[in-house]
Amino acid sequence: MRLLREAAVIAGKDLRIEARSRVTTNQVLPFGGLVIVLFAMALDADRPTLTRVAPGLFWVTILLAASLAAARSAAVEIENGAADGLRMSSLDGASIFLGKAAAVAVQLVGLELVLGVAVVALYDVEVRSSPVMIVGALCATVGLAAAGTLFAALASGLRARETVLPLLLLPVLAPVLLGGTRAWEAGFEGTPSDGWPWVQLLALFGLVYGSLGVLAYGSLLEES
Amino acid sequence: MTTSVSPVRGSRDASARSGLLASRRFVSVLGWSCLVSMALLVWLGLSVAPTDAVQKDAQRLMYVHVPAAWLAYLAFGVTAACSALYLWPRTRSLHYDRLAGASAEIGVLFTALTLALGSIWGRPVWGTWWTWDARLVTTAILFFLYLGYLALRRVPDDPQVRARRSAIAALVAVVDVPIVHFSVSWWRTLHQEGTVFGEDRDAQLDATMAWILLWAVVTFTLVYLFLVLRRYDLAGIEEAADERQLERAIVERRSEAASSVVAAPEPVSVAVGAAPGSAP
Amino acid sequence: MLAGVDLDVVEGEIVLLSGPNGAGKTSLLRLLSGLLALTSGEANVLGHDLAVDRRSVRTQLALLGHDTFCYDDLSVVDNLRFAARAVGRSKHAAVEAADRAVERVGLARQAHLEHRRLSAGQKRRLSLGTALVRDARLLLLDEPHAGLDPEGRDVLDALVRDAASDGRTVVFSSHELDRARGLAGREVRIVAGEAHGGRFPTAAAASPTTSTSGSGSVSSAADEPVAGVSAARAGVDTEMAPGDAHEVSP
Repeated sequence: MRLLREAAVIAGKDLRIEARSRVTTNQVLPFGGLVIVLFAMALDADRPTLTRVAPGLFWVTILLAASLAAARSAAVEIENGAADGLRMSSLDGASIFLGKAAAVAVQLVGLELVLGVAVVALYDVEVRSSPVMIVGALCATVGLAAAGTLFAALASGLRARETVLPLLLLPVLAPVLLGGTRAWEAGFEGTPSDGWPWVQLLALFGLVYGSLGVLAYGSLLEES
Repeated sequence: MTTSVSPVRGSRDASARSGLLASRRFVSVLGWSCLVSMALLVWLGLSVAPTDAVQKDAQRLMYVHVPAAWLAYLAFGVTAACSALYLWPRTRSLHYDRLAGASAEIGVLFTALTLALGSIWGRPVWGTWWTWDARLVTTAILFFLYLGYLALRRVPDDPQVRARRSAIAALVAVVDVPIVHFSVSWWRTLHQEGTVFGEDRDAQLDATMAWILLWAVVTFTLVYLFLVLRRYDLAGIEEAADERQLERAIVERRSEAASSVVAAPEPVSVAVGAAPGSAP
Repeated sequence: MLAGVDLDVVEGEIVLLSGPNGAGKTSLLRLLSGLLALTSGEANVLGHDLAVDRRSVRTQLALLGHDTFCYDDLSVVDNLRFAARAVGRSKHAAVEAADRAVERVGLARQAHLEHRRLSAGQKRRLSLGTALVRDARLLLLDEPHAGLDPEGRDVLDALVRDAASDGRTVVFSSHELDRARGLAGREVRIVAGEAHGGRFPTAAAASPTTSTSGSGSVSSAADEPVAGVSAARAGVDTEMAPGDAHEVSP
């Protein structure tokens, strides 16, 4: 599969850039941790309240982090005209999209793991049913990475405007916020049957935005 | 000789520049009909329409709230349709891009109006400015979604590049609308039964109310048409102004280059080395 | 931007584009590379009609632009390997090509330094290396001498001569006219978006340079135009886009 091989080249490149620059580990991750602590402070560390809203706070944090990770992923293609380099390559737009989205997804999974542990520890919640949470988080990650990569490419033309991306991306991600939150609520409350339909919604979202990205990314790369 | 994918100038033909969708006469007639129709609506809504038994006069807000919401959806629908037409190679034209932008701006305006009117209506009826009703939340997200779209449109770039990017964004955004609507209503039904504007309420409208509501929808649609045509023309004027500025910059640049040639005594064309090409 | 350019280039040639700043040299090179769209006119590069297809030609040529097209946080070899893989080389071939390129552009000692830590001249060399790993038939070099030290310029000139003697074609722009004229077989002057001397001189015009009798076959070098551009008009330089014109105004 040429598509997957090319996608792997791009994903490898983006992950290597992250390994060298450590922007996600050194900036996005601490930012996420900070948001989680700030939420607790805003809610007066009142344990019952915090426990009840933990899933929502977690997913709001992940949405913000995803927006940053996607912006960074697009930014590396802007510096030194790297996007022109990609245009001059034989790589297909679809595989570039898949590769970049995969690299964002890998970083998001890492963020979710660390921040998830932080939420469990700080907000006093108990994981009663983990499968619905893990599958839900994976499906949500696919959607976040796909939509994030697509919109970051839309927002980063020749004259990048970083401030446009969150405004453009976050409303689109509203269903992911709802789906992720409900799936995790079900996981914390030990009622997984409430969560699975939401996981399906998350999977649908990932599928829709994955397909849109595969279709549209090539022409975005070409003209902007 | 002409290529369809050219980034500038070539495809910005004269018609795109003058770019009037409808004659000035039509637009001004439309403007006057809007005024008359609106005046009639004010009279119908405030004195002819019967007072609602439960909500009293507050219910009269329906005659502006419902058509405003309808217009928002109509406007975003037009944006999506124009974006698709722009992306379709055989109908690619900056007319559609301009129309998509004009329509989205008016859509955002009417979404804001819908939210504001709903809020004003909600205060006396529900006793709160805002409620997390599925329709309200969906509308609010729609508002932000298209606010983002307009922000993207404002990022300056080559017209064709910007048009293409905006068109893709509009289509990607419109795909999100049913997903948002579905997930939000699903979310809310878990917490409460039905929505505040239940089906039964719509069914209670008496005939006079229904006719006035229909009149309101027609009036608002006329207003939309008027605004969108005016906004479209204005966008055309803005683009023409940009273009004139660009032409001026090009002329300046060319005269600069020309003067540098005059200054240089060397011949204009130089061929160093006689025979082109050498055997490998 | 370009306002009706005529230019023919045959295989194995080294063509210098000269002219004042902003005359359209960069636009012409971007047009030839398939990055800039043609507004009107014709352009044919390596057998591809650019009015129809701008993508296919790109993988067969190398463009050295003002930007390095490299990633700040990747090392010299990693950038070179990615450049090679991006044109479809296997992992193994990419590693070899990168190692060779590092030696040829004289960056062996900086091989594991990130792009952002290189000096301007070293970045230029790396950029040249990414052009080399593409193993392209046509090299388009936009002011390759700029920012290089004298030693680097010698390296560049040697690479260009090697490439030409391999039968590759080089089109480059330069402001170092003495050096560039010594390197080039022909000079084409670009002024205000128009080329002067882009067509062959009369002696050469007699030879069937523009004949298409070969119709795509790889015939003898001198017969087949590698790149042919006629009456080409194209876009606006990025720094001249309408958005900017708008922003500059009060």
